[in-house]
Amino acid sequence: MSILGTRVLRTEDPRFLTSGGVYTEDVVDERLDGACHVFFVRSPVAHAKILSVDVSAALEAPGVIAAFTGADLADLPPVKPAPMFNRAMIRAILPADKVRYVGEPVAIVVTEQAYQGEDAVELVDVDYDVLPAVVDFGSAADNDVLLYEEAGTNVAATFGDPDALDEHLFDDCEVVTTRTILNQRVAPAPMETRAGAAAWGEDGRVTAWIPNQGAQGTQGGLARLLGLKPDQVHIITPDVGGAFGAKFGADPEHAMIAWVARQLGRPARWTETRYENLVAMTQGRAQQQTITIGGQRDGTVLAYRLEIVQDSGAHLRIGAMLPSLTILMTPGPYDIPRAESVAISVVTNTTPIGAYRGAGRPEASAALERAMDLFAAEIGMDPAEVRRRNLLPKFTEPHRTKFGALYDTGDYAAALDKVLLAAGYDELRKEQAERRARGDTVAMGIGLASYVEITGMGDGEEQPPQENATVEVHPDGTATILTGTSPHGQGHATAWAMLASEQLGIPVDKITLKWGDTDLIPEGGGTGGSRSLQHGGSAVRQAAKELIEVARERAADELEANPADLRFDVERSTFEVAGDPDASVPLASLAEEERLFVRTIFTAPGATFPFGSHVAVVDVDTETGKVVLRRIITVDDAGFVLNPLLAEGQRHGGIAQGAAQAFVEEVVYDADGNPLTASFADYPFLSATEVPSFELAEMQTLTTYNPLGVKGIGEAGSIGATPAVQNAVIDALSHLGVRHIDMPASPQRVWQALNAAKENS
Amino acid sequence: MQVEVTVNGQPRTDEVEPRLLLVHYLREVCGLRAANVGCDTTSCGACTVLMKRADEGGTGRGVGGGGASVKSCTVLAVQANGQEVTTAEGLASNGDLHPVQAAFRQEHGLQCGFCTPGMVMATVGLLSENPNPTEDEVREGLEGNFCRCTGYHNIVRAVLAAAEAGAGREVDA
Repeated sequence: MSILGTRVLRTEDPRFLTSGGVYTEDVVDERLDGACHVFFVRSPVAHAKILSVDVSAALEAPGVIAAFTGADLADLPPVKPAPMFNRAMIRAILPADKVRYVGEPVAIVVTEQAYQGEDAVELVDVDYDVLPAVVDFGSAADNDVLLYEEAGTNVAATFGDPDALDEHLFDDCEVVTTRTILNQRVAPAPMETRAGAAAWGEDGRVTAWIPNQGAQGTQGGLARLLGLKPDQVHIITPDVGGAFGAKFGADPEHAMIAWVARQLGRPARWTETRYENLVAMTQGRAQQQTITIGGQRDGTVLAYRLEIVQDSGAHLRIGAMLPSLTILMTPGPYDIPRAESVAISVVTNTTPIGAYRGAGRPEASAALERAMDLFAAEIGMDPAEVRRRNLLPKFTEPHRTKFGALYDTGDYAAALDKVLLAAGYDELRKEQAERRARGDTVAMGIGLASYVEITGMGDGEEQPPQENATVEVHPDGTATILTGTSPHGQGHATAWAMLASEQLGIPVDKITLKWGDTDLIPEGGGTGGSRSLQHGGSAVRQAAKELIEVARERAADELEANPADLRFDVERSTFEVAGDPDASVPLASLAEEERLFVRTIFTAPGATFPFGSHVAVVDVDTETGKVVLRRIITVDDAGFVLNPLLAEGQRHGGIAQGAAQAFVEEVVYDADGNPLTASFADYPFLSATEVPSFELAEMQTLTTYNPLGVKGIGEAGSIGATPAVQNAVIDALSHLGVRHIDMPASPQRVWQALNAAKENS
Repeated sequence: MQVEVTVNGQPRTDEVEPRLLLVHYLREVCGLRAANVGCDTTSCGACTVLMKRADEGGTGRGVGGGGASVKSCTVLAVQANGQEVTTAEGLASNGDLHPVQAAFRQEHGLQCGFCTPGMVMATVGLLSENPNPTEDEVREGLEGNFCRCTGYHNIVRAVLAAAEAGAGREVDA
């Protein structure tokens, strides 16, 4: 029986459970001996001119080695926006003239011991000329206050032409409904905050230990920030304590650590506090969406429009381009005859926005699934029925959408039917009706979401997705895999070993996975966008298969046989001559005289499109506004499941983060741009008491884009769960006249929505 | 100040600054880096360890019974003077995973691993107080331990499995 598809326990776990992972702060390395500790003085105001920075008092504090300001770092190149953005929005790594968000670094203090820095940063005196702050991103494009005066606007990018919308889009619709909704800003908040360590070699290269999602991208990013060539930067990836999209590339702080280490001729380390993490690590989502949906009273949707304002925060990071992914997924799993989507990205005096689990696709799904429910409510039809009537029929040949996405395989109605059955949907509606009839003050809600998402994207159609892998068999019967992907909790060491084991016959626990060291693995796309298994895993499988063919030649020499007459017995990891059981040679022994390894590149024809349906069941206390998530039932079809244990873990985590956005988590600023959620005492990080156990139903529709038939599973949960839970809360109150509640559906928002509905009735 | 602390069964005497936190004592002075610092407000529990007074004797409840779980970011090293402290490093014996550790592996109750040592120690503490908790009691008991990866689903299953395996039963040292 193949090991593929079975619940193999993680080989990573014993170490994590006993000695604990070795995260960046835990790294012991002689290159870091005698390292100094770097601290950042961060702006307490959202928008201000910097009049002066005085570090003299800090320099007198115990243990302080040095302190630096923006003027000192003027030798670092300015950070220029990517070509698709407003090119005038140029900033400095450490600004000397202006701060644009609370938490932006303005000075550096370097100390002998870590705790000394915590005291010394308080002694840096910065004189600010405070400017009005742009916080409401919905009105940032009014340009009343500019973040980048040189740009003359706060609009960083435009997607589509907002002035060329089709005024006749909804002309033939019997029913049209529209609403502006918020996909609020949330914090990725991985349990391990950002960190870094840097040491320069005599060869002029910097070695940097950085928790990241792809060392090769981090290498390029850090090199750009430092004005170096990529080969002058060596990235080492320690264990990474969660990332969720927010640890891609290199951050300004990482460049500053490297700069300090070079300046002082001494290795430097940094670990941010949770406060810093919640104000200065990139955050996610942050879209204002105007959705308009129209169709017939029989449930047919004819037209859909999505207009997006994306908050980029103060700097142009990945967040500013998220609308391109949202737009790509505009029509989702539905066959909508006419759809259009436009967006602008604006800068505001807030923490920069980056990728967060799903990165642009959850936003598309949330908008569309809200629109479906608004339409269903308008025509008085069950939301499940409306979805069923509009889902694309099953297809096995790729389906091209008007937005350019090429869906590989899909059976969306089957996923919906399956989840409704698993949830006991009809029974739930019956229970809801009974409770409404008896006037239960705790209202029951049932929410649906059907989604399709994109995983494993390449760099446009010209650059098909690729990943490399090296597999080496050693004479002692062990094997090593090098991968260009970069695990940070997903369990690649186990999964990639399963793939190699299946080909090589070497047990999983004798296979070691290496990643994240750019000297060892110069190329790689890292882990993000749910790409790893479909491309990186496929590469491992391909490398192992190719290795068997290389070994076959050697075995043929050794056995003096024709390679074609050799059979590889995977069970025994041994080549044998057909018809002569005594003539055999173990695979491992073929590595004795010459290293036995293969490096290969897997190329996929394109991205894959996992899909699914979620049902959420909530109780909403109409007197207090409190939402309790009772159940969440999901079908998440990502093709073949290599290891159900790991795939379920990915779904669980995604569901929890998706649900958290719907009714718990939100980054909040006051009108002056002060963050009000800058600690775990204030940011409502989801806890174990706020979610139930999850109910997962299985469905596997294989893709033809890789030999395993796998699609990505890392983000599916967060894409389906957010709208399912949000729709459930609104469904609970629909009989009281509530049609929409912005996320998160906090007690206050629920209570306000109920009161507003009462006043309107 | 001088402190005498028994860490994972090993008595030690160290000179520490009065303001040194227990978690920094464990990580930087003792070199035990399983306990992590995940926040600065005693919210996340990544630093959870077990602590009990040395003169309580050796009959802590539960397998490896090491006292009550505490967030070591909120205990001063000097408060641990005269106490026994157990960290995740001290839980396994003779290379065998503690039943709680084994259950976390079996049920895939960890992904990135950062919250894991604290989560495991909190679980040992929880089961020593309540050897047969319900799912709701597990969720309540672990409310102060954050995890971003698992959605808590498999952590809860792991705790229930560990309870089933008798991880919280009374043992004599």
